[in-house]
Order: sequence, then structure tokens, then C-alpha cells
Amino acid sequence: MISRLTAITLNTFREAVRDRVLYNLILFVLLLVASAPLFGQISIGMERLILVNVGLSSISLFGVIIAIFIGIGLVSKEMEKKTLYTILSRPVRRWEFILGKYLGLVMTLVVNTALMTAGFYIALLITNGLHKTDALLLVAIYFTVLQFLIVTALTILFSTFSSPIFSAIFAFALFVIGTFAEDLKNFAAISKGAAKLLATAAAYVMPNFASLNVIAQAAHDQGVGSGLILFNTLYALLYSASAVAAAVLIFERRNLK
Amino acid sequence: MFAIEIQGLSKDYAVGFWKKQFRPALKPLNLAVRTGETFGFLGPNGAGKTTTLKLLMGIVSPTSGTATILGKSFQDPEVKRRIGFLPEQPYFYDYLSAPELLDYYARLSGVPRERRNPKIDELLKRVGLADVGDRQLRKFSKGMLQRVGIAQAIIHDPEVIFLDEPMSGLDPLGRHEVRELIQGLKDDGKTIFFSTHILSDAEALCDRVAVIHKGELRGVGAINDIRTSVAGRSEVIWDGAHALPAVSGSLIESHITGETVRGIAHSENIDSLLDQLRRQRARLISVTPLHGTLEEYFLAKTSEQEKVIS
Repeated sequence: MISRLTAITLNTFREAVRDRVLYNLILFVLLLVASAPLFGQISIGMERLILVNVGLSSISLFGVIIAIFIGIGLVSKEMEKKTLYTILSRPVRRWEFILGKYLGLVMTLVVNTALMTAGFYIALLITNGLHKTDALLLVAIYFTVLQFLIVTALTILFSTFSSPIFSAIFAFALFVIGTFAEDLKNFAAISKGAAKLLATAAAYVMPNFASLNVIAQAAHDQGVGSGLILFNTLYALLYSASAVAAAVLIFERRNLK
Repeated sequence: MFAIEIQGLSKDYAVGFWKKQFRPALKPLNLAVRTGETFGFLGPNGAGKTTTLKLLMGIVSPTSGTATILGKSFQDPEVKRRIGFLPEQPYFYDYLSAPELLDYYARLSGVPRERRNPKIDELLKRVGLADVGDRQLRKFSKGMLQRVGIAQAIIHDPEVIFLDEPMSGLDPLGRHEVRELIQGLKDDGKTIFFSTHILSDAEALCDRVAVIHKGELRGVGAINDIRTSVAGRSEVIWDGAHALPAVSGSLIESHITGETVRGIAHSENIDSLLDQLRRQRARLISVTPLHGTLEEYFLAKTSEQEKVIS
């Protein structure tokens, strides 16, 4: 079981690594990070703040784009090219396939983020020199990776029952809604009756990306408590595990045409 | 001993968005394939061949019925270690090289690490791709891809091999190569179940064939029997033109060359014809059953009226 899972994970990773689109996206992020000092020159003394904001936001946004862009094709491409048939006719369980694909994409995103983080720190070093407080930025990046776990799981969930385009739209819509999750909670607090019920339910069901975004705090050198790190880790793991489990449940019952 | 036994396997697909209707893609199918046999599954496009294979591979679930492969339920994961499958016109992972692709499939089929590399080398040689090196599959021709396809289907040394239209879309040379490969597997004693609409391939390779049309099994038989059953006629040659008037009633047609007569008769009339010739003291030279072609059989079976299944 483990060897089949690793084989699928590594093959998914290899597919992403050999895709040129991925390199273009990484290059774009690195260029953006590199150009951040130019923005800084507009406002004196703000270089670091702008670099951190632009850099971390680009890592997050492009990571999400990569997760969705590759995620929507993970299952549908295998069906379209009939490679899935050659897999399911072997002693591979359907859940192993879905989980392997998920882990492969997560691995891709972790490696990408590591590369982009390295680029980001080089930019910091060149413009400002590295300081002790810069280590705090790693927490913000770690939270970004947690976001990727959830986005990837949701994208795979959608791709098990809808077309790639709809999967992308659904996943991106949820990412946007999740980014404003706090507003949804505030709305629930002030509304009444059925609206309150619906808004509260939605606030809990929707992924909470807002609490996983500490870029602004990090940019102002504010630390993040270890309690929040632990809570967010558990939240991301549970949320993505549920989404992957749902994806498996749907995929197990699916007739593959 | 049967390698594959299909018992009443059927599949209906739901069509329509609001008002679902069920369209049968495969009507209850009963079929048995013997161990070591090369079995051709013939039918025009859309006949239900691929549906049958997808059902057997567990890619779609049956509406009713069941099947056993190598004595076990076709859904038993253990069975999947012992079967190989080549889907129709697969594209594979074009970012991989042939050895990488085979390594991936070998892992998925549970081939132990130490046996993987020697097996991959051996197979690449066998399918004539020993010199492709690290070239990615996207640079392969269709014929090469099909050979890689066969290699992936047998990487784990399966006992039963399912091939879906293995020759379709190939040029004559490619078809010949794939045919040779299948012949090699047959010589190794593998049970081979392959679907095709190219009758000459089935005729050259198969021990038995089944004809399926509009999701319904129309006929099963050994290639030799089929040829005879289609024709049902024999050619009789004898010396002695004087005997012709006495036997002409039993003949469909006849030609005289000097004293030699060549007559065609229905096979069931042959005995009485020979008796009459003996009585007329004609000298018999030969009796040869005329073989029909698989094509005639196929056309006859696919043009039959659809049977009503209650």
C-alpha cells in the first residue's frame, strides 16, 4: 500500500516538475519579489515593509493559483487520457489514487514555496540585510502552506465530480470567501433569524483563510503565539483531511466513462 | 478450466439530465474463455466491447451480473495482480521516458524492487524499444506508444491479458509488430482476451471469437468452425463426365473440363452425392469443404434482427 501510494505521489510530483507552466509561474513570483525594492523607492524607509507584503502575498497567491491550476487536472487528465484505466486495473485502490495525487501536489507546493522563500530571503538580504525578526516571517509562510493544504484538498474534491473549469471556479470562489471569513462571522453576529443561522453555518463550513493570513502582522514584526500555530495546524489538517475523504467517497462511487 | 467466466454481466447508462432514461450499453452477457486461449471479441464501433472490458477491470460497476477471472471474483484486488490491461488508444504520461513509465507501473503492480530493472530491460528489448533511452514518450510514434502499452500490460507477468483494440490507429507495419507481440504472448501460454473490429487480425491470432453487436452477444465459436459454418459447402472433383446428369440435382453448380468435373454441393448433400458417383463408377479425385471468411460470419451476425430479451 505504502509503495503504491509513494509511487503515485512521486509521479504526480514529477509531472508538475516537468511542466513548463510551473517554471513560468515561479519565475514570475521571483521577478515580483526582485522588483519590490523598486516600489520601496517610491516611499522612503518603507522598502522592507513593501518587500515583505509584496513578497509574501505573491508567494501565497501564486501558490494558490498553482494548487488550483494543477489540482483541477489531477483526476480529469488521467480520465481523459485513459491512464486511469491502466492504474485501476492494477491492485490500486481508488482512495490510494486520490490520496497519492493529493500528496504529490502538496509536495510540489512545499518545494515551490521553499524555492520562492529562498528567493524572497535573498531579496531581503540584498535590500535590508537579515535581522532576527525576519525569522518571524517563516510563520507567515508556514501558514501559507497550510492554506495550500486546504485549497488543494478542495480542488481535488471538486474535480472528482465536476469539469476542470467549474472545479477551478468553485475552488477560487471558496478561496476568496475564506479570505473574508471573519466578515462572514461578523455578519452572522449582527444578523437575526434565518439569516443568522445561515451565515453562522456558512462561517463554520467555509475554510477560514483569514486566520491563516498573518502577513500584515509579520510585516510589522508582530509575533504569532504558539497556541495559534498549533490551532491553525490542526485546523488545516482536519479541514483538508475531511475534504480529501469526501473526494474519496465520491470517487469510489463514480463510473468512469 | 476457464480463465474468464462472465455471468449475466450488464450495464445500463443513465442519459438525460432531468428525466433520466436508461440506455443499455451491454445486455446480460454470458461468456467463458478457456485458460491459454486467445479470444477475440469482435464488434463494430459502439457494440459494447469497451464497456465489457471496463466492467471486467472494475472501472465501471455492473448494473447486474458478475464475472470470475482465474476462479476469483473480478472485483477481488488479488485478481488484479494477475491480469494485465491495455486500454484503447491510451496516451500515457508523455513527460516520462519508457523505462520510467514501466517502473511506475511495476511499482503499482507490486513487482519487487530487485526484479524491476531487469524486467524493464527485458521487456523493452522484447517490444523493440531497447534503444529509446531517456527520450520522453511525447516524442514517440503511435506504433511505439502501442508497444510501450503492451509492455506496461505485461510488466508484472500476468496470466490473463486484456487488450482493447490493440491494432487500431496503427499503420500496416505497426499492426504487424503488435500482431507479432500478441503471437509471442500466445506462445508463452498466456490467456489473451482482445477486442477488435479488424477481422483479419482476429482471424490470424484467435482460437475462438465472439461477435457482439448493439450490446448483445450474437455468436461464439472457434475460427475453423465458423469458417465452415458460414460456407457449409464443399467442392467435389471427379473424373467421368457421364455421371453428371445423374447427380446434377445434388449440385449447386458444376464445370466440366474434358472428363473432369468440378461440382459445388451443400455439405449435407455430400454423402448422397458420393454414393451416386460410386454407382455411376466415376473416379473421385477430391472432396474439400469450402471455408467462408470471418468477415462473412461477422456480417451475418451483425445484420441479424435484434433479439427481444424479456
